Amino acid sequence: MLDSGEARVVDGPADVCVEACPHCERLVLPEVLKASLNVCPLCGYHRPLSALERIAQLADLGGWDEVGSDLQPLDPLGFRDLRPYRDRIRAAQASTGLREAFVGGRCNILQQPAALGVFDFRFLGGSMGSVVGEAIIRLVNRAVADRVTLVMVTSSGGARMQEGILSLMQMAKTVVALEDLRASRLPFISVLADPTTGGVLASVATLADVIIAEPGAFLSFAGPRVIEQTTREKLPEGFGRAEESLSYGQVDMVVPRSELKRRIAALIVLLQGGEETRIRKVGSDEKRPWWRSGTLGRTAARAEELARPARSWLRRGDS
Amino acid sequence: MPALPGVGYGEEIARLQRRLEELRGEESPTVAWKTVQAARAQGRPQTLEYLSHLAPDFIELHGDRLAGDDPAIVGGVGSVAGKAMVFLGHQKGRDLKERQQRNFGMARPEGYRKAQRLALLAERHSLPVVCLIDTPGAFPGVEAERGGQAGAIARTLQVFAGLQSPTVAFVIGEGGSGGALALGLCDRVFMLETAIYSVISPEACAALVWRDASEAPRAAEALHLTAPDLLTLGVIDGIISEPRRGVAGQARVMSRRLKRTLSSSLEELGAVPPEVRRRLRRQRYLNLGVFAG
Ligand SMILES: [Zn+2]
Repeated sequence: MLDSGEARVVDGPADVCVEACPHCERLVLPEVLKASLNVCPLCGYHRPLSALERIAQLADLGGWDEVGSDLQPLDPLGFRDLRPYRDRIRAAQASTGLREAFVGGRCNILQQPAALGVFDFRFLGGSMGSVVGEAIIRLVNRAVADRVTLVMVTSSGGARMQEGILSLMQMAKTVVALEDLRASRLPFISVLADPTTGGVLASVATLADVIIAEPGAFLSFAGPRVIEQTTREKLPEGFGRAEESLSYGQVDMVVPRSELKRRIAALIVLLQGGEETRIRKVGSDEKRPWWRSGTLGRTAARAEELARPARSWLRRGDS
Repeated sequence: MPALPGVGYGEEIARLQRRLEELRGEESPTVAWKTVQAARAQGRPQTLEYLSHLAPDFIELHGDRLAGDDPAIVGGVGSVAGKAMVFLGHQKGRDLKERQQRNFGMARPEGYRKAQRLALLAERHSLPVVCLIDTPGAFPGVEAERGGQAGAIARTLQVFAGLQSPTVAFVIGEGGSGGALALGLCDRVFMLETAIYSVISPEACAALVWRDASEAPRAAEALHLTAPDLLTLGVIDGIISEPRRGVAGQARVMSRRLKRTLSSSLEELGAVPPEVRRRLRRQRYLNLGVFAG
């Protein structure tokens, strides 16, 4: 299982609080990080996002309708290692404020209607157990019922070991449900965030019409340690990273976070036969680092969007 | 408890559950671990041995038509009791040389693509698909990952989810994680009495949560990976009993038992129109999972 790479909080001069980037280790102001969508402005490292932060970055304001919010994990095997599974669930719920490792709902992405589902890696490594599987099924059903695009952002260590074979079966369950989406000819866009591994990568995440990866995201079915132990070789530089996956033809594109929302919206339009120009054009920033391309106003708008208390508007009706 | 899959199996399940309860009574903490060892034992009959008894006219077909042929998964056509079908199965290999050549039954993307190809071939020619599962898991290697291991498994699941053909799977030894499930999304799933089916190997599980691979026996217990466990969890439809002294050298006897279950399953599945069969398969997998709400 992979660690989420929590940032060190360092005391700066006087009352200034700065954070060290886990990648380049240079110090960044939290407000700057927030405005840059949690991407290090110095090295471009895409820091992990919570599910709610991700939803706040992708969904248009105001119209979030959560799906599957009544689902609660159980302990079907009475699994107990050093700590009972029930305790692990409670601890994860307390520290994340979430019921489970996946949050899904209906929303608009730049006015394009979508069913958006997001994994939260902080919740037991974003692992897929019975609740995550069921939440995905309900989200797929909602997409089919509303005839909208399915958008899924994954970051997951794979199956939820503590639910044993039932967690493995969530792979089958989610794949079966996606058949309905295909039959309804609705688009499915998948965004692979760091890290997406194991059973999630080998089921829903790779069955999308279009697969987007975030820069630097680690994408691999097997864990890096398992590969090293089995092959008795050190992993090559850049192994399993989004950029390598792109060069081996496993993903369609690597899109920086600053461009993600627009790119998803454009794909939704195009895959439904519309013209991409329906989305306000601002030109592609892909060749330049985002922090040199955006206007100040745009960054400020982002910051304002992020500053809104995500939770209050996430807690709306259910279906 | 999730709904039990399958139609017309109520009595069979009730009988096996009674038997399971008897077994539970005499269970020692090492039953699961003993089963793990039995499931991996080298003397266990493997796919090709079963096929030589089950379908003596079996003709092996090779290759994924893209990149290569994976010897870790064998496939082909053959007939059982005068009825032709497509067979797929992991082959771990016998002696060290064959085991290395077959990569210990750990398939690469080309293996899963071969499975997809042959499953679709079965569909085109209205043949059932029979899968024999026996793998530690998908091969964890750099080239396999670069070749799209995850996507290959996902697309295999997708092909089986939508297949018109009736499908029956038998876990004949080790059902290791996604690499096993890739051949396991079927209308009927059975396990041999001392086979295992698990989301993760007990060793890897122990290393992760106990931080000590030698806790594997405890992990094996906690994971609920034996055939009776899977039957109670509603993941499989039945258990194929084994001779008292185990399956080593018993390919002929076990093939007869497999054949009986296979024939009755295909008869049941054949009585249902393909569309209904697909709907029931879909429902079976949608029902798996335990949660509140
Ligand atoms: Zn940095």
